Amino acid sequence: MLLALVLCLGINISSGSVSIPFEDTFNAFFGGTVQKDSWQYILWNYRLPKALTAVVVGGGLALSGLLMQTLFRNPLAGPFVLGISSGASLGAALLIMGSSLFSGIFAFGLVNDVSLAIAASAGSFFVLLSVMVVASKVKDTMALLIIGLMFGSITAAFVSVLAYFTDAEKLQQYIYWSYGSVGNLSWRQLGLLSGIVLIGIVLSVLSIKVLNAFLLGENYAKSLGVNLKKSRYAIIIATGLLAGGITALAGPIAFIGMAVPHLTRQIFNTTNHTVLVPAVVIYGAILMLLCDTFAQLPTSAYVLPINAVTSIIGGPVVIWLLVRKRKMVF
Amino acid sequence: MVAEDIDFTLEQGELAAIVGINGIGKSTLLRTLGKIQPKLAGGIEYSDRHLESFRSLELASEISMVLTEPVASKNLTIWELVALGRQPYTNWIGALSEKDRKSITASLQRLELEEMKHKKCYELSDGQLQRVLIARALAQDTSVILLDEPTTHLDLYHKVQILKVLKSIAHQTKKAILFTSHEIEMAIQLCDKMLVLDGGDNPFGQPCELIEQRAFEKLFPSDTVSFNPMTGSFRIEK
Repeated sequence: MLLALVLCLGINISSGSVSIPFEDTFNAFFGGTVQKDSWQYILWNYRLPKALTAVVVGGGLALSGLLMQTLFRNPLAGPFVLGISSGASLGAALLIMGSSLFSGIFAFGLVNDVSLAIAASAGSFFVLLSVMVVASKVKDTMALLIIGLMFGSITAAFVSVLAYFTDAEKLQQYIYWSYGSVGNLSWRQLGLLSGIVLIGIVLSVLSIKVLNAFLLGENYAKSLGVNLKKSRYAIIIATGLLAGGITALAGPIAFIGMAVPHLTRQIFNTTNHTVLVPAVVIYGAILMLLCDTFAQLPTSAYVLPINAVTSIIGGPVVIWLLVRKRKMVF
Repeated sequence: MVAEDIDFTLEQGELAAIVGINGIGKSTLLRTLGKIQPKLAGGIEYSDRHLESFRSLELASEISMVLTEPVASKNLTIWELVALGRQPYTNWIGALSEKDRKSITASLQRLELEEMKHKKCYELSDGQLQRVLIARALAQDTSVILLDEPTTHLDLYHKVQILKVLKSIAHQTKKAILFTSHEIEMAIQLCDKMLVLDGGDNPFGQPCELIEQRAFEKLFPSDTVSFNPMTGSFRIEK
């Protein structure tokens, strides 16, 4: 699988609107000579960070999906369900569209990548904190799931109200963000994102045993000596960091979080999280790289919105797998 | 009406049943004993220690449970599910030691599940699934096993099969096994002790003693169902 990941990474990097021969791509990274200087620049400062972002984003989103599906014992769970992505959208929408609406308060239309990331992170953590406050009062995970959906609807409603009153240019900017993109990150942002995702992965690895116990249900987990409250918080925080951080920096990317855990379970035919956690990360990264490669429309100058590609490629795959297996077990 | 003034003591190596009408609080009592839900009043002790003084991990090596709620992931294989019973003893990532594996295999053999250990839970019948859950509780290697209605949804043969297995486990491994049930007649024949929740003085003791005390006769309205102390069975009044 690691081999497949490296292969996809290679394919992804060597394809793009400017066609660069594979040998030159190889040479550029391993100290050889490259025919044109501009190619070297494209590879190092555009394609490599983009490919690595795809790896981090895909792996992180897939892992957050796995955590949520196990925690909520629900095969439909994903980063969107807890309202985390919607929270990030609200943050982004407030910044992009709100700045024109409340021009008196935000004197300058200071919308750049960094402030956007901060706003979206703030939004996702606001929703996450609200969900956590509710989670401490509600014991039933099904209820928590519904509350997450409601938070999602509320934030979506705020966004559409904002969109209604905003001007076309700002609206376009917001919509562009909501398409999702793995290509706009600088090395510095990529470092930040990798840090966040790494914390999420470490928390998940520490929770592997608990995640397995949750496969039996919460009461059984409790009878096995699991500290329910503590472990639920650890898993929710990991999910929030993964989904919130990624959505903030790369936009809301659909499908990966929900679908990859299912695809991985089909391949490995196990429910053991010792296998699933690393497998899901790698598989998510591979799938994200493939989607991104496809989005580049190799040899053409156009780039499709990544969000559309993940859904177009991924949706039918999941439907096909489920129809074939006839049931959605997790 | 919920039963109050419940007082009983269970010894190691005994199989005991909690019986009573719907809604009297059988499951609530059992779940309280297993610390799944907080107790309403009174005191519970395990080997002379208060239930509250156990840390959750300590308790997990003292009490194992079989609940009525379905297992969350039906995609688990029998082996994986039984292996989860070893969690209180495994390290931070849940790696199984040689001792854990032996204990899992022994539990599977005990409940005659070894040949199908790679089957998934969704492929199993209710009776098989119940045996898997008991095997998991057995693998947890506790001195007490609590089961909530282990015989529900099973046919007569499988009900008897489950209860007989429980009885032999209790007697041979010196575990205290307590379960709730609606199968009063079967419990009279198979259990060492019974707790009858009747909302009154809730008698506890050996089935034959309870019959002598006429404990079963007031359980149901006598114009509908009557108890025959000679045969130890109920009869429908027409």
